[in-house]
Amino acid sequence: MFRLEKRPTPSRFWLYATPVAAVVLTMLAGGLLFAAMGKNPFLVIKTIFWDPVFGEFAWYLRGQLLVKAGPLILIAIGLALGFRAGIWNIGAEGQYIMGAICGAAVGLAFYPTESRLIFPAMILAGAFGGWLWAMIPALLKTRFNTNEILVSLMLVYVAETILAKAATGFLRNPEGAGFPGSRNFSSYPAAANPELIAGSGLHWGGVAALGVAVAAYLLLTRHVLGFQIRLSGQAPRAARFHGVSPTVLTVLCMGISGALAGLAGLFEVTGPAGKISIDFSSGYGFTAIIVAFLGRLNPLGIVLAGLLMALTYVGGEMAATNLGLPAAAIQVFQGMLLFFLLAVDVLTNYRFRRMAGAAAAGAK
Amino acid sequence: MEIGGINLVVLVASLMVAAVPILLAAIGELVVERSGVLNLGVEGMMIIGAIGGFIAAVTTGSPVLGFLGGALAGAALSAVFALLTLVFLANQVATGLALTLFGLGVSSLAGQGYNGIKPPHTGDVPLGPLADLPVLGPILFAHDWVVYFSIAMVAATWWVLKATRIGLVLRAVGESHEAAHALGYKVNRIRLLAILFGGAMAGMGGAYISLVRVPQWVDGITAGAGWIALAIVVFASWKPWRALIGAYLFGGISQLQLNLQAAGSVIPVEYLSMAPYLVTILVLVIMSSGRGRAGLNAPAALGQNFHASR
Repeated sequence: MFRLEKRPTPSRFWLYATPVAAVVLTMLAGGLLFAAMGKNPFLVIKTIFWDPVFGEFAWYLRGQLLVKAGPLILIAIGLALGFRAGIWNIGAEGQYIMGAICGAAVGLAFYPTESRLIFPAMILAGAFGGWLWAMIPALLKTRFNTNEILVSLMLVYVAETILAKAATGFLRNPEGAGFPGSRNFSSYPAAANPELIAGSGLHWGGVAALGVAVAAYLLLTRHVLGFQIRLSGQAPRAARFHGVSPTVLTVLCMGISGALAGLAGLFEVTGPAGKISIDFSSGYGFTAIIVAFLGRLNPLGIVLAGLLMALTYVGGEMAATNLGLPAAAIQVFQGMLLFFLLAVDVLTNYRFRRMAGAAAAGAK
Repeated sequence: MEIGGINLVVLVASLMVAAVPILLAAIGELVVERSGVLNLGVEGMMIIGAIGGFIAAVTTGSPVLGFLGGALAGAALSAVFALLTLVFLANQVATGLALTLFGLGVSSLAGQGYNGIKPPHTGDVPLGPLADLPVLGPILFAHDWVVYFSIAMVAATWWVLKATRIGLVLRAVGESHEAAHALGYKVNRIRLLAILFGGAMAGMGGAYISLVRVPQWVDGITAGAGWIALAIVVFASWKPWRALIGAYLFGGISQLQLNLQAAGSVIPVEYLSMAPYLVTILVLVIMSSGRGRAGLNAPAALGQNFHASR
């Protein structure tokens, strides 16, 4: 028999090896799943992980990778800051929606004025919308000690109903013949978020994601606030003696993650999505949780994890059209990835020891 | 007894039905949390139970086997949670979230081809003339067996936790796993059983949604019911009878807003459908703020993993 033994210090090797091991294990288990569904597992795995980068349509799909990875990275970095401090913002999806609605509302209010100031104002409004939505669980947590997990999650459902109301009511395109959905931003240059280099898939959201990743990395490694965030997560009592206020930290972490989710929503609605519609919410806020853990809650790791997760989206769509793989299979695949990650992670802090003969008897 | 076009007797009778899924899930989660484990995957276990129960009921034609299938599916998913948190010592919050994300995906995958089918009907328990009583008849004596089962489970859970040795050991494990371990109790074995019970109850609650409440299969059918069940456990301050009150309160609100929608209220439909979620937040605030009352009742070892170093 084997037994677990706590390592004196976390293993640096496994810290970096766990995401790789989890991805490999997920591919194996995913392959079994695809085989059970009657698909050729090797073909499916190749379609998902190889073709978007090196395949026939890579010139187009590589751009799509950036389109999907941008919002995932933006949201995940914000979430990771909170997760590190032991603050669980689960409602990024709601903050993403509210950011998109607020930003879009500001842009549409100026329609059809053309000004260089409109898009920056929308960016601010988007971040503000997400921030405001995250402040609700943050303030309820600090003021009334309410569980932020449950409140932020409930607010996702509230945001979704507000989204439905926006698409059919207060943001509906007045020239849209009564169909739900707002004006399309692609036909409103002052508020649009087009590709910066044609065909690259890179829009302002991708630029922001990279900038935020670097900023968050510097914050965590070089700034006292980053130290306080890490300390609060690892040793809350020590953090309090150090003079870290849990209230300030909660408001800051929730605020940052909310604002980043709001930004992601704004860049999405003005760029790839194009307009506020009932089905605008896409689950990025939830998938970003997987991205944050896969990136080891490290901003630079999250960039890689975001790209990998984008690969499963883009490759999953490819597999859906070419091989008839149901879209839900990709969702299962992403969920399995988080499972394996959490399971393999035990090796960072523990090691397996063989219990043999006398040692086993002694262990009883 | 009509107020604003809403019949009160019908409302009370239907809120008892509306509350069943969250009541079953909340009772299961209450036991799990009393053993010191925080399983945030209730939503995932419920939706797995919803599709598992639906498939079982449609293929066998028996609603009872459907509920059994739902309970098994929920327990199976909770076993994954148990493996990760008890054996691999994974973070309980993260694992619970993973359970929900995974459950939503699996249910949607398994549910393909089951859209638009009607499941076998779960009839009311024949209680003869009792059901014909005025007012009391429709409220108390005209329900299917799961409604009575859910109330019986509340009573049973209350009794087991309060008056039996098993309940005492379970609570000890939840308050201080170190002490319970030192006394020779198998902490992780007890937690495993609690987690499986919680999964089975959540799965059965999910099956009630797809077999009785809706009754058909659509993706994302649980629509946050699992999260509301988690909130109810906090609302109940980890006491079974209060979970019943909480579930009926929420059942009442969600039923009322549906009735108001049907009756053509002046409040727009979108705002009415927000009501259950907003009320959940409101109740959480009230329960958590009252001089930290709810916090004091939480099991002391809630959310902490146990690793026997010796």
